[in-house]
Amino acid sequence: MFFEVLTGFITELRLAGVPVSMVESIDAMRAVEHVSLRDRSALKAALGATLVKNVRDAEAFEVAFEVYFAYDRTIPDGGDPATSPESAPSPPMSASLQGMVGDALRAGDTDLLRALARLAVSRYAGMEPGRPVGGLYYVYRTLRAIDLDALAAEAVEAGLTQLEERLLREEIDARLEEFRREVEAEVRRRLVADRGREAVAETLRRTPLLDRDLMHATRAELEAVERAIRPLTRRLTARLARKRKLHSRGRLDFRKTMRSSLATGGVPVEPRFRRLRPSKPDVVLLCDVSGSMATFARFMLQFVYAMSTQFSRIRAYAFIDGIDEVTSYFGPGVDFETAMRRLGDEARVVAFDGHSDYGHALERFWEVRGLTPKTTVIVTGDARTNYRDPRPEVLAGIAEEAKAVYWLNPEPKRFWNTGDSVIRVYEPYCRDVVEVRTLRQLESFVEEVI
Amino acid sequence: MQEFAFPSPSVVADRLRERRYLADDRIAQVVFLADRLGKPILVEGPAGVGKTELAKSLAGVLERRLVRLQCYEGLDESKALYEWNYKKQLLRIQADDGRPWNELEADIFSDEFLLTRPLLEAILAPEPVVLLIDEIDRVEVETEALLLEVLSEFQVTIPELGTLQAASVPLVVLTSNNTRELSEALKRRCLFLHLDYPSADREREILLTKVPGLEAALADEIAKLVRSIRSLPLKKAPSISESIDWARTLLALGVRTVDSATIEDTAHVLLKYQADIDKVLADL
Repeated sequence: MFFEVLTGFITELRLAGVPVSMVESIDAMRAVEHVSLRDRSALKAALGATLVKNVRDAEAFEVAFEVYFAYDRTIPDGGDPATSPESAPSPPMSASLQGMVGDALRAGDTDLLRALARLAVSRYAGMEPGRPVGGLYYVYRTLRAIDLDALAAEAVEAGLTQLEERLLREEIDARLEEFRREVEAEVRRRLVADRGREAVAETLRRTPLLDRDLMHATRAELEAVERAIRPLTRRLTARLARKRKLHSRGRLDFRKTMRSSLATGGVPVEPRFRRLRPSKPDVVLLCDVSGSMATFARFMLQFVYAMSTQFSRIRAYAFIDGIDEVTSYFGPGVDFETAMRRLGDEARVVAFDGHSDYGHALERFWEVRGLTPKTTVIVTGDARTNYRDPRPEVLAGIAEEAKAVYWLNPEPKRFWNTGDSVIRVYEPYCRDVVEVRTLRQLESFVEEVI
Repeated sequence: MQEFAFPSPSVVADRLRERRYLADDRIAQVVFLADRLGKPILVEGPAGVGKTELAKSLAGVLERRLVRLQCYEGLDESKALYEWNYKKQLLRIQADDGRPWNELEADIFSDEFLLTRPLLEAILAPEPVVLLIDEIDRVEVETEALLLEVLSEFQVTIPELGTLQAASVPLVVLTSNNTRELSEALKRRCLFLHLDYPSADREREILLTKVPGLEAALADEIAKLVRSIRSLPLKKAPSISESIDWARTLLALGVRTVDSATIEDTAHVLLKYQADIDKVLADL
């Protein structure tokens, strides 16, 4: 029985994109022999340590574990069985539950908070067996019934200094987050009891962060993606630096070889080599910052500036129908948020009506270009030029003077050249036109080009 | 049958606590499993969350010697595994002029001319040791392969001498700051433990254990402040060791409660970039 659950769990992990090898699944089974199956946190630690070898996959593991190894009891310690028809909560009762949550919040009693979360689900979620509704709906219904924001506001006492108030508020937020998570877990538990593990796991499976579409991400997802950029670029930078070093071995350095041979009695045991210093690329970014493209431009700028040590020079231009150099907003020691705000407030990117005009923007860029054969030009945008003249001959000129032009298009490939998209006319002058909708695509582009 | 070092995970936690290392359930459980399964632990996480400290404390708990291999870019076999003592070999050859080569060869490729490096040393130790391979992510992927034989078979193959088996199974801890992806082969052989910044409650406990004489109220305040500071987008978030340093500083200054002025005076203990200090001061 347990063996089957474990196999199902491993299958689910693989389906959610966590690479679990044969050896690792055997390790997991061996590890499980050493833990008590009734100790849930021990089981979780054992499975986590043997099956998940990357923090990126922690989220998927978390969800799958909740589904496959939920508490056995479907009846929470709230009292009323989940299976009984949900009675409509009488107002005074609900007020008291709200009050109890508030008290527990102030007292910082996490155990009580968890129990109350389970009780809240049984009372307000109104879960009906067999109804094909996603778990989020029930979570929403439960949390709507309890006014967490009001509770948070109440819990912050008056008469505190600004600093004290801030710390208290963060403490309350952390506890409320715990409460929310317990509500989600409880909903999941009940769904599993109702529909079975596989079905629930499938509805909860999420695309890995690296593969999420940046153009259609929710706010929370975008924040997560932004947090992921830093470690990602750090790793990529290290990798590129290493790659560069690997190719940096030049000709035999006779002098150094002779010098080191002194240590071995004149026998040149270890030959020494000269170092090559490969030149770093010089990059010009042209980012469309109109409407929907702005999100992508933001990621691109953040990504490139986080890797600035890998370039000899970066220049950045933002455009809509006008174009303005924004290089001076960024740079070492400057906060990225401040730079983006200045880009929004100060950069003169609108020349006429604020609708993308690639032709005009390119033309303006051409006047100030300053390109050398070492410059790589990267344009980001969907090439939707509102039926205006795309002026491909300007891009041709740029391509001739620069080392290469790359075009990153955040639109799905199947929409290219539909409507006012004129990516086709620019394509001949670009070394490559790449669809970049996810962080993974962005990463592999940067790695390949640099 | 091999003897196990710990009867249960809670014993791991208790004994680490005696060494002033506060292990949560997960850490204790993974250490316990590593001992049971005879597998290395790969500890990953941001700088200063106690990865290296874990290995040191374990060595203390088990009363074993700690053998440490500090990784760096360019680390190779001769620094990690073993090296032949060229100079001594040359001397030997010169001193024994005229002996037949095969005799000489057998002589100069013997234990006497072998310089053991940390990995071989850990394997050959008669008593089991704790082997700490620190910052494994700094070596090249190719060098990682050197470790594979040691980590899974606990043996080292030297062409001239043959395969050397471990006299005792060491407890191996690898640490990584995650600056690059480690190879699948290496990860497969290890138990994975991700350490992150602790929750405010746990950080308070750590401060109280590590800084004698610190009052609970102040520790609580420090822990919450540090959590608040970590939530800001900084170049380098304060690590546990830095918050411990800060607690020590505040204690030495006789501070009872932290206010903005105190933070302004002592922020450099916690934060290592001027831009970060400015940001935090502006924000608080």
